[in-house]
Amino acid sequence: MIEELAFIGQIAVKSSIAVLLATLGEIIAERSGVLNLGVEGMMLTGALAGAAVGVATGNPVAATVAAALAGGLLALVHGFFSISLRVNQVLSGLALTILGLGLTSFLGRPLIGTRPGVRLAPWPIPGLAEIPLIGDIFFRQSVLAYLAYILVPLCWVLLYRTRTGLKIRAAGEDAAAVDAAGINVFRLRYLCTLAGGLGAGLAGAYLSLAYTPGWKESMTGGQGWVAIAMVIFAGWNPLKAVIGAFLFGGLTALQFYFQAIGIELIPAYILRMLPYVLTIAVMVLVNTGGGRRRGASPAALGVAFNREG
Amino acid sequence: MAWRIEKRAAGHGAAPWWTLPASFAMALAVGALIFALLGHNPVAAYGAMARGAVGSFYHFSEVLVRAIPLMLTGLAVALAATMLLWNIGCEGQLVWGGIAAAGVGLFVAPHLPEVLVLPAVILAGAAGGALWALIPAVLKAYLAVNEILSSLLLNYIAIIFMEHLYFGPWRNPEGFGFPGTAQIDEVARLPHWGATRVHLGLGLALVLALLLFGALRRTPWGYRVRVIGHNPQAARYAGFRLRRHVIGVMLLSGALAGLAGMAEVSGIHFRLQQGLAVGYGYDGIIVAWLARLNPLAVPFTALLLGALIVGGEQLQSSLHLPSSISMVLEAVLLFGLLLSEALARYRLVRRASAQPLRRQGEPTPP
Repeated sequence: MIEELAFIGQIAVKSSIAVLLATLGEIIAERSGVLNLGVEGMMLTGALAGAAVGVATGNPVAATVAAALAGGLLALVHGFFSISLRVNQVLSGLALTILGLGLTSFLGRPLIGTRPGVRLAPWPIPGLAEIPLIGDIFFRQSVLAYLAYILVPLCWVLLYRTRTGLKIRAAGEDAAAVDAAGINVFRLRYLCTLAGGLGAGLAGAYLSLAYTPGWKESMTGGQGWVAIAMVIFAGWNPLKAVIGAFLFGGLTALQFYFQAIGIELIPAYILRMLPYVLTIAVMVLVNTGGGRRRGASPAALGVAFNREG
Repeated sequence: MAWRIEKRAAGHGAAPWWTLPASFAMALAVGALIFALLGHNPVAAYGAMARGAVGSFYHFSEVLVRAIPLMLTGLAVALAATMLLWNIGCEGQLVWGGIAAAGVGLFVAPHLPEVLVLPAVILAGAAGGALWALIPAVLKAYLAVNEILSSLLLNYIAIIFMEHLYFGPWRNPEGFGFPGTAQIDEVARLPHWGATRVHLGLGLALVLALLLFGALRRTPWGYRVRVIGHNPQAARYAGFRLRRHVIGVMLLSGALAGLAGMAEVSGIHFRLQQGLAVGYGYDGIIVAWLARLNPLAVPFTALLLGALIVGGEQLQSSLHLPSSISMVLEAVLLFGLLLSEALARYRLVRRASAQPLRRQGEPTPP
């Protein structure tokens, strides 16, 4: 029983890291007032960049950095369109997702079927990994998972305990007031959008270097969209992002579990649908669970700031 | 004489005519850059794409074949967006339209008189898409759940269900393991034009574009939809029932996308199989916005995207470059449109005498 729990828990955490990293990034971006629906595209681009640099160099650090930068680069495109040109942010984000899907499919063709250059194997943390159950579930993961563990409190501290965080949150609520206080809203929003891209890129790196090493077309399978939904579920709070990501990972883990024990208790196709159904369900839950959390949405989310008024 | 850049007055009429050609030029330029970076001659690549799209009557008929589902999903997105609703779930609605059409064609058709089979297949397609769109519609209208995310996530669910059907219970028992259902009967298929693959869905899509244009511009319902799209607050004060309109518009939008799936099943594949969900639902977003949400412009932008897709496939067969270049070009087209619309907020003005640049609203010096 304990062994099974450890098995499911470990896969659940393993399956939640990509969504978690992308959710954290998108929270920072949205808190500053920029809605970026291009997460799926940035994540895919990060996954491809990570896999490609991995094959070329065999260096895990280079591959991870390349993935994050690739996501960041795409985020800057969205930043240019939504912050500088002040176009419709939904359309710009959708265009970014289509661009990411197309570019990775086009450029990734030669990588399909090649041996992955980098595999981030589980790295048990000495000491912590020996804790019964907890150690198995949380501390026998890959390095990128530990990075995600650290980023959760860091993002929270950044947003709620620093001056920069105050500026970010204020920019998402009332950009004109922040501007009047002498703070550069454009720079702030660009940096937060970039942070969102880095998070999505890292999420992609996790998929193509650690979760299922190697490049597969459309390997994100909608996790970028799940992440955007989980931002709402988390009420734009990095600490609560953990819950949404873990729920998603948990349902993904159930598929593996039933496959592993070979019992078809629930039909396989229902199991495959569950993570998506859950994501819709949590959005419903947020909106029916009282108006408190609904008010958490940044007031200026998706609204471009125009100095000329 | 001096040139200066001046801001256009807000809401200054329609965007200028050059935005679409400018977007197209930008897409071509970015595409050329990608080809060049990969060591291919852009002229040769575009030449292959152009030959693939309009090189012969047959090739052009293939563009028409792709334009049919693109028109329908384009109309679906345009209708919803006219009322500020984002239907990103056309792909799933298309899939459900295909499932319903195939289901009726396979299992109900044998019990129907022959003349009723095709109408039943068409109606089933529309109903399948509409019902799938009802989910995000109800969630939006009654629980304020973001329809972008809900409709999009439903795409994945629809595709998984369709795969389950043709890999599992609906799989053709005489298909030698081929993942797909049996073929629907001749009577359940849309008639074809000559020897091409162009089918009656083209006429259907064009008629629907006209009808939708008429309904939006000439009926009280269309007026209300446009008012809600322009100013939801005013619409609320005017007493328009917003929920009812959200649900009605999403049902219609889903029906249009469902018809696209029906047309693919009943006009092209004749069965449910891999290759039904190839992204026409997402392409519809680009078709609709390139057409500026005008139903009468949708057939033309659908043709443009159809040509891109067929050209991309030609590139794959003649130069062995992945056909997904067409998707990259689509995305750049959309970015190009956004860029030109942003630029259109300003205009170049020629002045007889040079004047110092002034920011709008600054007081003029005495």
